[in-house]
Amino acid sequence: MLRRFVNYLALVIIAASLTYALAAISLNPRANFEGRNPKPSAASVTATLNEYNLNPDTPLLVRFGHWAGGVAHGDLGRTVTGGQVNDEFGRRVGVSTRLLLISTLLGSIGGVMVGAWGAIRQYRASDRISTLASFGVLAMPVFVIAVTLKLWAIDLNDAVGHKVIEYTGEYDPGLSGTGEILLSRLQHLLLPSLTLIVIQIALYSRYQRSSMLDVLGSDFLRTARAKGLSRKAALMKHGLRTAVLPVVPLLVYNVVLLFTGATFTEKIFGWHGMGEWLVNSISTNDVNATAAVGLFTAVVVLIAGLLSDLLYAALDPRVRMS
Amino acid sequence: MAVQTPSVQPTASTAVTTRPAPRRRSRTRLTAIRFARNRTALFGLLMLILLFLMAYVAPLLYKWSYTDLDFNAFQQPPSASHWFGTDQTGSDLFAMTARGMQKSLVIGLLTGVICTVLAAAVGASAGYFGGWTDRGLMWIVDLLLVMPNFLIIAVLSPLFQGTTWLVFVVLLAAFSWMITGRVVRSMTLTLKDREFVKAAKYMGVPAPVIIFRHILPSMASMLIIDGTIQVGTAIIGETSLSYFGFGVQAPDVSLGTVIATGTPAAPSFPWLFYFPAGCLVLICLSIAFIGDGLRDALDPNSSRAKARKNRKSQEGPTS
Repeated sequence: MLRRFVNYLALVIIAASLTYALAAISLNPRANFEGRNPKPSAASVTATLNEYNLNPDTPLLVRFGHWAGGVAHGDLGRTVTGGQVNDEFGRRVGVSTRLLLISTLLGSIGGVMVGAWGAIRQYRASDRISTLASFGVLAMPVFVIAVTLKLWAIDLNDAVGHKVIEYTGEYDPGLSGTGEILLSRLQHLLLPSLTLIVIQIALYSRYQRSSMLDVLGSDFLRTARAKGLSRKAALMKHGLRTAVLPVVPLLVYNVVLLFTGATFTEKIFGWHGMGEWLVNSISTNDVNATAAVGLFTAVVVLIAGLLSDLLYAALDPRVRMS
Repeated sequence: MAVQTPSVQPTASTAVTTRPAPRRRSRTRLTAIRFARNRTALFGLLMLILLFLMAYVAPLLYKWSYTDLDFNAFQQPPSASHWFGTDQTGSDLFAMTARGMQKSLVIGLLTGVICTVLAAAVGASAGYFGGWTDRGLMWIVDLLLVMPNFLIIAVLSPLFQGTTWLVFVVLLAAFSWMITGRVVRSMTLTLKDREFVKAAKYMGVPAPVIIFRHILPSMASMLIIDGTIQVGTAIIGETSLSYFGFGVQAPDVSLGTVIATGTPAAPSFPWLFYFPAGCLVLICLSIAFIGDGLRDALDPNSSRAKARKNRKSQEGPTS
């Protein structure tokens, strides 16, 4: 276990370093200053870039050494606009967490339930409908779903007369009072969460259904029924518990990876989270921010791997025994 | 006494109907027949063929090309002259969608093929040779898995601005093959100890030939299915990159760029979004149906692909 952790850590360090190297080579922070009016002098631009450790003219190894030294102390450097990457980082992680908390919870539980239900009612109408719907949703890229929901919300708002569903940003900054702000937050949370929930349910239900189908024909389930358990109790306590096991690593990986993966949802609905930061930092040629997101993603993958191993061992006694 | 005595002629009472010798069918033909029994899969195949025709043949018969600007029709809804309508600059949406679909289809199919080939080669080598080859290759796989692929492709894309868009095939394929590679490796490990592989090895067949002739065909079904899934993923990946401006660059169009330009205007001019998005969804849906049909066709236990007379009644779930 410890050896695997050390191995993962080494991979994270290498991946983050490679990302920094890649960003430092291909992005050009100078372009940020060249568009300004009045145009700053080359010397002042160079001085600013040097201060932020972004100057493309300093050798890569020197810049990397500076950055790595900073990271070892917990300082991720400066952005092109002069702010601290750490502050931006903290803000955006908070935004992403608020977006993802409810949607991942509901999406995971919903996916497992829909999949199990589809397996129990195999080939009947409800199963066929949910299978077709899952296919349809999985065939649509995220941004198609998000924009379609947004267009429907606009139509709904027009039909009702006032803005029932909000679709831009996290909350309305013009409001005051905790109750109103909370309501506004929930209103704004509705559509992005719905996008993520729908996609997650479609994805997890496919795997859960096939796993549940395997379990439904098994001996231990028949034994449970023979021993007198009601159908529902046998299915929930013995069937679902076993069927969920193969799906757990998938759930954990996807939930954790959504942190940087909800890029489209964040961008389309105007939430300033980690995913949006990823795209923005590349468009604005911000080397330090890009490297920070790369480091974050690598760490997140490591956490996902460890968490899924732990959770699987906690749920499956057979793994614990070996 | 020769065994070949004329056998007792069957009398009418002991007549036994002799069955005709079973028809020999090659595996490919059998898979094709089983695939054809699945209506959804056939529908998917038909849809894909129609989409291919729309992408490649329709522009030849159509009046407008994707670079033409019609100054008499800005943001017009679909009409007889402009089948999908026009956008703000007067470009015809049908021509742009068709051109974008060409890219999506080609990138998707090529990436799927390259991904599968790469995963098969690396996974089988790692599994068969073992030792340091295995460790080294799996370490590379882990490294690539940890790297943020969207970020890297996005960062690299401005570097390739002047060159052909086929470069994205290489980039997308380079980041999609890892998980399949791992699966191929595990399957190779189980196959390595089978008798036919060992027999070939002790007969002196060189290792690469063993891999290509014995090991890989045994997992052909898994590779095919995975390949179809990769095609869908690659199409969505390329569209996502282009949506953000990291993939195909102007003046060339891709479905992603068309959808991206259509999205802001969509509330007032819905056709600008729904038509290209709809085509994208149809492509992915048809590939999903085909992939599902292939999986049922290649799985010997699947009941959907059996001939009607061979299907046993479905056993209901535990009740």
